[in-house]
Amino acid sequence: MAQTERRRDAPELPDFSLLKRVARDQLIFLLEQLPGSKDLFIDADLMSPLDRIANVTILKQHEVDKLYKVELKQVVSTSDQLCFLIRPRIQTVKWISDLVNSDKAAGRFRRYKIIFTPQKFYACDNILEEQGVYGDITTDEWNFYILPLDDDILSLELPEFFRDNFLEGDQRWVTTGGSALYLLQNMYGSFSKVYGIGRCAKMVYESWREQMEDGEKRIKQPEFAKVFLIDRDVDFVTPLCSQVVYEGLVDDIFRIKCSSVEFGPDVTSSDKSIKVMLNSQDKVFNEIRNEHFSNVFGFLSQKAKNLQTAYDKRRGMDIQQMKTFVADELKGLKQEHRLLSLHIGASESMMKKKTKQDFQELLKTEHSLLEGFEIRACIAYIQEHISRQVSMIDSLRLLCLLSLTENGLLSKDYRSLKSQFLQSYGIHHLLTFANLRQLGLLVEQQSGETLTVMESKVGKLVNDKTVGKLTDAFSSLAKKSNFRALSRKLALVPKSGEEYDLRVPRDMAYIFSGAYIPLSCKLIEQVLERDGWTGLEEVTRMLNGQEFAGSAGGHSSDAQRIILVMFLGGCTYSEISALRFLGKERGCRFIVVTTAITNSARLLEALLENRA
Amino acid sequence: MTRAKPEDDEYWTRSKLKAFTFDDEDDKFSQLKESKRAVNSIFDEDDDDDEDDVERVNWSGEPVGSISWSVKETASSGHSGSEQGFPKIDTTPSLSKRGSGYSLSSLFKAKSKSGGFQSFSESFSDTSIRTYAPELRKPKSDAKDFVSDLNPEETVRRMRKGRGYSLEKFRSLQDKLLLLDEAVALYDGNVITAVLIYLKKSLNKEILWRELMPRDVALRHYLHYLKEMGEQKLLLELLRALGRTEDMALMQYKEHLNIKDEGKRKDFLKSCISLPFSQDDATHVQDHYTLLERQIIIEISEKQYILTALGARAKLKLWFDVDSLFNTKNWLGYTKKKSPIGFHRVVDILQKNNAPISVLQEYVNLIDDTELKLSTALKYKCHDIVINTYRDMKDRQQLAAYGGKLERDSPEYRKMQAILNNGQIKWKN
Repeated sequence: MAQTERRRDAPELPDFSLLKRVARDQLIFLLEQLPGSKDLFIDADLMSPLDRIANVTILKQHEVDKLYKVELKQVVSTSDQLCFLIRPRIQTVKWISDLVNSDKAAGRFRRYKIIFTPQKFYACDNILEEQGVYGDITTDEWNFYILPLDDDILSLELPEFFRDNFLEGDQRWVTTGGSALYLLQNMYGSFSKVYGIGRCAKMVYESWREQMEDGEKRIKQPEFAKVFLIDRDVDFVTPLCSQVVYEGLVDDIFRIKCSSVEFGPDVTSSDKSIKVMLNSQDKVFNEIRNEHFSNVFGFLSQKAKNLQTAYDKRRGMDIQQMKTFVADELKGLKQEHRLLSLHIGASESMMKKKTKQDFQELLKTEHSLLEGFEIRACIAYIQEHISRQVSMIDSLRLLCLLSLTENGLLSKDYRSLKSQFLQSYGIHHLLTFANLRQLGLLVEQQSGETLTVMESKVGKLVNDKTVGKLTDAFSSLAKKSNFRALSRKLALVPKSGEEYDLRVPRDMAYIFSGAYIPLSCKLIEQVLERDGWTGLEEVTRMLNGQEFAGSAGGHSSDAQRIILVMFLGGCTYSEISALRFLGKERGCRFIVVTTAITNSARLLEALLENRA
Repeated sequence: MTRAKPEDDEYWTRSKLKAFTFDDEDDKFSQLKESKRAVNSIFDEDDDDDEDDVERVNWSGEPVGSISWSVKETASSGHSGSEQGFPKIDTTPSLSKRGSGYSLSSLFKAKSKSGGFQSFSESFSDTSIRTYAPELRKPKSDAKDFVSDLNPEETVRRMRKGRGYSLEKFRSLQDKLLLLDEAVALYDGNVITAVLIYLKKSLNKEILWRELMPRDVALRHYLHYLKEMGEQKLLLELLRALGRTEDMALMQYKEHLNIKDEGKRKDFLKSCISLPFSQDDATHVQDHYTLLERQIIIEISEKQYILTALGARAKLKLWFDVDSLFNTKNWLGYTKKKSPIGFHRVVDILQKNNAPISVLQEYVNLIDDTELKLSTALKYKCHDIVINTYRDMKDRQQLAAYGGKLERDSPEYRKMQAILNNGQIKWKN
C-alpha cells in the first residue's frame, strides 16, 4: 500500500528502547533501597506503563513479595515493609499517612517507602508533615518521564496533564515537560531549532532551556533537526472529531492502553478476550494502522488470499520440500494468520458497532459543522441525539464541535440545548457545562458590544508579557476559536463536491475522509515549510498568539530530518497518522512526544465532575 | 513482557556493548550498578554544590563497555568540550579519595533528590542517608547559613531543582510576595504551590487573599490546592471574597455528588436553591430538587416522550401498542400515523429491537422522502418496498439489478419479474 512505503531517503529513527532500560534500572535501584522482603502497592494507572518496562519476575527478584493495586481502601498486607509506587497525588499520600497512623495506633512497626513518579511535589511532603508521619516514611523519586509506545511515539503517560493545566490552571507539570525534553536531548543528542505555540508550550520550552543552561554544556551532533511544541488548546476541533483511520478507530471503540488493546469475544469469535500489543511489531497492523477504514477490508481480504496461496504451496510437495516449508515458512504464516484473523475480527466488530449507531449520519453532521454548512439541520440532529439519550459523550462532543466551529452558540440555542442535555443525562451536568465554558469548548455567544470591549481588553492583556494576569472571565473569551476564519486562511476544509480518493490520499485530510485537514498538523507543516512563523501572523493572531521560534543551541544539520513534535495535553492517533503521512511526503520522520494519547472521549471525560 | 526479549537481543547486537551479555551471570551485578550510575548521571544537574563534585569524581574513570557506560557516554560526551566542568574536579583531590571509600549505593543515596526536598533547617529524618554516607553531606550548619542567605530568585531555583532551601527568612509581606512572584516567573507549579503553602501558614487569610486577587496564576494554583486538599469551606469563603459568586454556588452544589443518602441529598439540594447561580442554572437546580422531591419527570417534550415510550414498547415487542403511539384520527374519523420524530428514526429503533419485517415495512412506507425511504428499505432488506419504489421511479435498470439480491422463485422475485414484463410502464431507462 502506498501509505506504508517509506521514501527511500527517510532517516532512521533513534532506538528508544534505551529509555525503557534506563527507567527499569532506576526502578530496580530504588527497590533495592528498601532491602528485604516487601509488599509493593502500585497506582492503578501506573500498572500498564510498568508492564511495558518490567515484569513480575524482575520485581520478585528484588524481593517484592506481593503486589497490590492502590485502591485507597484498608490494607490487608502482613509484610513488615511496604513500598508505594505512585503518582504524586494528594489523595494517595493522605491514604498512606492514614495507614501509617493506624499502624502506629495499633502498635505495629513497619518500614514504609514512597516512590513518586515521575517526581515528588512539595504538597505531598506537606501532607506527610501535617499528618505527623514525616520521617516515618522514606521517599524517593523515580524519574520515569518517558515511555516509548512505539518506534515513533513517546508518551509521558500523564493524562491528568490536560485537566490540571488547561482547566485548573495548575502548572505543576511544566517542569516535567521540560525534563522530558532534557532527557531526550541528553540521551539522543541536541536539537537545532525549536518552534512552538501555546502558553504551556512556551513555559515548557523555557523550563527546558533553563535546565539546559544549568546542566553541562554539551557539544553533540543533533539527532533531531527540529522540535515543535504545541498546546492542546490551540486545536480542540481535531481531537473532537470521530476517528476513521484504523488505529484511531480502534482507540475510539476499544480504547488502546499503553499500545495494548483488549479484544472481546465479539472480535476473537471465541468465548475469551485477548490482549494484543498494537505497534509496528505487528506486521499486519503496521500496514493498516494509518489507512482510512474504508480501505482496510479490501487490504485484509487481499492479504487473506495471499496467505491462502502460501499455504496452498504445500499441495504437491514431496517430503523434503515439506520439511523445508515447515521449518522456514510455516511459523511465519501461522503468525500472520493469527494477526490477520484478529484484525479482520476487529474490523467486523467495529463495522457492526458503527452501523448500529448511525455512524454515517454522525459523520455527515460533523462534516457539515466543519464546512459550516446547514447548521440548523446539524442543530436539529444534535437535539435529536440528545433526546434519544444515546451516548452522552457523543452528544457533548457534537455540542462542542458546534460551538467551536461557530464561535459559540446563539443564546437561545445554548439555553435550549443545555436544558435538553441536562434533562436527558442528569442535571448535575451543569457542572460539566461550567467546565466546558471555562475551557472555551462550549460557550454562549456574547452580544456584539460587550464582545468588542472585552476583546480589546483581552487583546492587551494577551500581549502583555505577564500572561498570568488574565482573569478567568477574560481567558474564556480569549479562547474564541475563530475556526471558520482559520479554516479559510489555512484551507483546512477542501471544497465540497470534489472527489477524494481515500486510497491515494493527496493530503492530510484523508484521515477525516477528505473532509478536514487537522489544524494542529497543518500548523506544524506550515511552520516547518516556512522555517518559522513569518507569513502566519494573521493565523497566530487568531490563535491568541503565544507562538515562538528559536535556536536550541545544537548545530543545524539538515541531513537529520527527524522532527520531534510535543503535544502538551495529549494527541490523537489520527494526528499521528497525519504526521506520518506528512513525513512520507516530505522525506522526513516525525517523532511524537505526548503527555498522553487522547481521543474525544478521554478529553471530555476529563472535564466531568463525578468525583469526590 | 514476551516482547522484551527481541528488543533486548536487538539492543545487544546493535550497541557497542557486544562484549557483555545478559546471560553472563557474573556481570549482572556490576552491570546493574553501572546502569544506576548512568541513570543518575542523566538526571543530574550541574550545580556548584560539593555534592556534585563528589559525584563527578566518582563517575570519572568508569570501566568502559557496560550499558550504563554507554548511556553515560551518551549523556556526557560533551564533557571534553566544556571547559567548565572538568578542571574543577581535578582541583578537589581530597574528595575523590573520600568518595572512593564508599559503595556505589551509598553514593546514590546521597545523591537522591529526596534529601533535597526537606529543608536543611529541619533535621535529616532520612536515617539511611546518615548511615550510608554521612560525610557526603555538607556540615549542617554551613548549609543552613547558605540557604538562608539566598535571595528569592535563588531560593525558588533551588526549590525547583529539589535542593535544600529555607523559607523562614521571608517574613515581611514584601519578601513573601517577592518570593511568590519569583516562583510564578519560574513557571513551576510545584514551586508556586510550595510557596503558597508557606504563605497560607504564615499570613492572615484576608491579607493573603487580597494579594492573590491581582495574581491570577498564583490564585489558580491556590484554588486548585484547596480543592485537592478538600478544604471546601475555605474555598467557598475565598470564592465569595473574590466576588466569584457563581463559581461558589457551583462549587457548593457539587457537594451533592458525595451525598449517598437520598433524603439528605434532597435536603442539601433544597439548601442550594437560594445560592447565587446564574439565572438559567438556578432554574436547573430548582428542577433538580423538584425532580428528587417528586420523583417524577417534570416536563417531557413530545419527542422525548415518543422516543422513551417507543423504546419501552419495542423492547416488550408490543407492536400493536407501538401503532397506537402514532395513530391519530382526523375529523372524518380516519386514522393516520403521525410522528414528531422522522419515521426513519422509528424504523431504526424498531429494527434494533428485532421487529418483524412486516412491522418494519409498514413504517418504512411512512417515510416521506423517497431517497430516504429507498435507502432505509435497502438497509433493512424490505424487498417489497424497494421493488415498489423503483417501479414508481420508473427505474428499470436499478430494479433489474436488484433482482440479483432476491432469491429466485421467491414471491418478491416473481413480483419483480412481473413488473419488468409489464408493458404498461413507461420506464425512464
